[in-house]
Amino acid sequence: MATSVAPTIPDRAARPRSLAGTSRRDQLFRAILTACALAIPILLVMLLVVLVRGADPAIRKFGFHFIVDSVWDPIAGKFGAFPLIVGTLLTSLIALIVAVPLSLGVAIYLTEFAPEIVRKPIAMTIELLAAIPSVVYGLWGVFVLMPILRTAVFPFLRTVLGFLPFFQGVIYGPSVLAASMILAIMIMPFIMSVSREVLLAVPNSQREAALALGATRWEAVRTAIVPYARSGILGAVILGLGRALGETMAVTMLIGNRHEIVASLFAPGYTMAAVIANEFAEAQDRLHFAAMTYVALVLFLVTVLINAAARLMIWRVSRGAGSGGKEL
Amino acid sequence: MNRRTIRRARSNIMVGLMIGAVIVAVLPLLFILGSLILRGASSLSVAFFTRMPVPAGETGGGVLHAIVGTLLIVGVAALMGVPIGMGAGLHAAEYPGSKLSWTARFVADVMNGTPSIVVGVFAYTLVVAPQKHYSAFAGSLALAVLMVPMIMRSTEELIKLVPNSLREAALALGYARWRTSLTIVLRTALPGIVTGSLLAIARVAGETAPLLLTALGNQYFSVDLNGPMETLPHVVYKYATGPYEEWHQFAWAAALVLIMVVLVLSIAARIATRQRFGGARG
Repeated sequence: MATSVAPTIPDRAARPRSLAGTSRRDQLFRAILTACALAIPILLVMLLVVLVRGADPAIRKFGFHFIVDSVWDPIAGKFGAFPLIVGTLLTSLIALIVAVPLSLGVAIYLTEFAPEIVRKPIAMTIELLAAIPSVVYGLWGVFVLMPILRTAVFPFLRTVLGFLPFFQGVIYGPSVLAASMILAIMIMPFIMSVSREVLLAVPNSQREAALALGATRWEAVRTAIVPYARSGILGAVILGLGRALGETMAVTMLIGNRHEIVASLFAPGYTMAAVIANEFAEAQDRLHFAAMTYVALVLFLVTVLINAAARLMIWRVSRGAGSGGKEL
Repeated sequence: MNRRTIRRARSNIMVGLMIGAVIVAVLPLLFILGSLILRGASSLSVAFFTRMPVPAGETGGGVLHAIVGTLLIVGVAALMGVPIGMGAGLHAAEYPGSKLSWTARFVADVMNGTPSIVVGVFAYTLVVAPQKHYSAFAGSLALAVLMVPMIMRSTEELIKLVPNSLREAALALGYARWRTSLTIVLRTALPGIVTGSLLAIARVAGETAPLLLTALGNQYFSVDLNGPMETLPHVVYKYATGPYEEWHQFAWAAALVLIMVVLVLSIAARIATRQRFGGARG
């Protein structure tokens, strides 16, 4: 390390002037950098404090009932976020069910099977999906994806899976399922690129050992590589969940925005992020703002917990690998 | 069939399924870009970049006010976010053992996943609510908050790639630590840091949700940071959710402009980074 290079001079007065002077500047330099680094945790605390204070009237009035009440009536001054929470969890869960197998398939293929020349181009193409703004996904979802879903995919699902309550009833365009599909497309690049990084961090000895024992390449993946990276892959999936929970614009444009819980996935619904985007600019009274800030607070706490858990899991794998993936 | 053939076959089937997954995963990007070009390109003209929008029912018009607004809001956000993010990243890379750098790194990773709409509510409560009017500056503040953790992490990763021998050489020649950090370490990693910052800027330039609560949008041309201002993502949202067919056409064209800005920034950033630091690294 660089610190061990600097000679230690016990007597401060005995130092040459130039060195004493630079050490004061060093301290100033370090102080500035420390201030920048401190800004990040401070920002997190500020976010929390501002949200709690903004939500205070709603917290006092509704308390924890806010999470389980279903009535959302700004005119009567009654607010309950239960349908929003259900809608958020439901869309994110369906998105995960669709996106996880796909993104893991791509990640495993790219790290273990793909020819060297196609690895980078494919990974870059999929990562470009992550660069597309949410509102553009929304636009595409409304005018391209939704008509396809409504005329072809949903009727097909209803005839094949119609015995389940989720796939019954009238087919609307904007619906929980449509929002889930666009979410799946949006979170796939995140899950793919993080699990790819985790898989790259698996030491080669794992692969070699499995292959030397006579495993086929798929058996090596299943028995030696994926189990080694398991907690990191789980972290990647949870990270994707965090993204899905907070996604706003595309969901707002596709979910239909209705405060109801309906069994059918073809029916419109609502999410926590969508209600804030939709009603904030039109809200008039203080309680309505406070209720939406309360929703933001709940969303914030949930995503912070989820992301913290995911990061710890990913770090465990990339640390365990020692000289893993990136820091060779 | 003996067992080995079955195992071989199973392995091949799994690889086939994975190739299928790759195809399904790449399709949406091509599909989205295709739709944008098909539906948006026909409305693009010089006027689209240099004029103001026209009332509903008329054709033509442009998004000059939104382009200027996006540049201003994102520019101010970068002025606030880039120095703090770079400083924090330099701290994490130069003093890696300290408790603070561990905390900052962890919190930055957690904040990278914070929903942008929550940051919008934060900026609203902090700036818009006390002022009692929407403001573009509040939008810049929200975007800066989103930018800082991203820039911190990319700066740190890139500084870690600077060989320690450079640092040691500078210190051995009698350079002070601050001068070594700034003129040797940061200078070496600077091209990568710039492109990392560009990526972060591209990411926030497409954000819509926080701007709905802060800059709001504005029908007219405005450069007043203290008032509402129009931005490209907001134009896409407003015109896409409007009732008129010409508006939808307009939204596609604006989305095409937005995506060109974002994609050009991120592809350029990636290529530039890879050329310098590519080679052996995954």
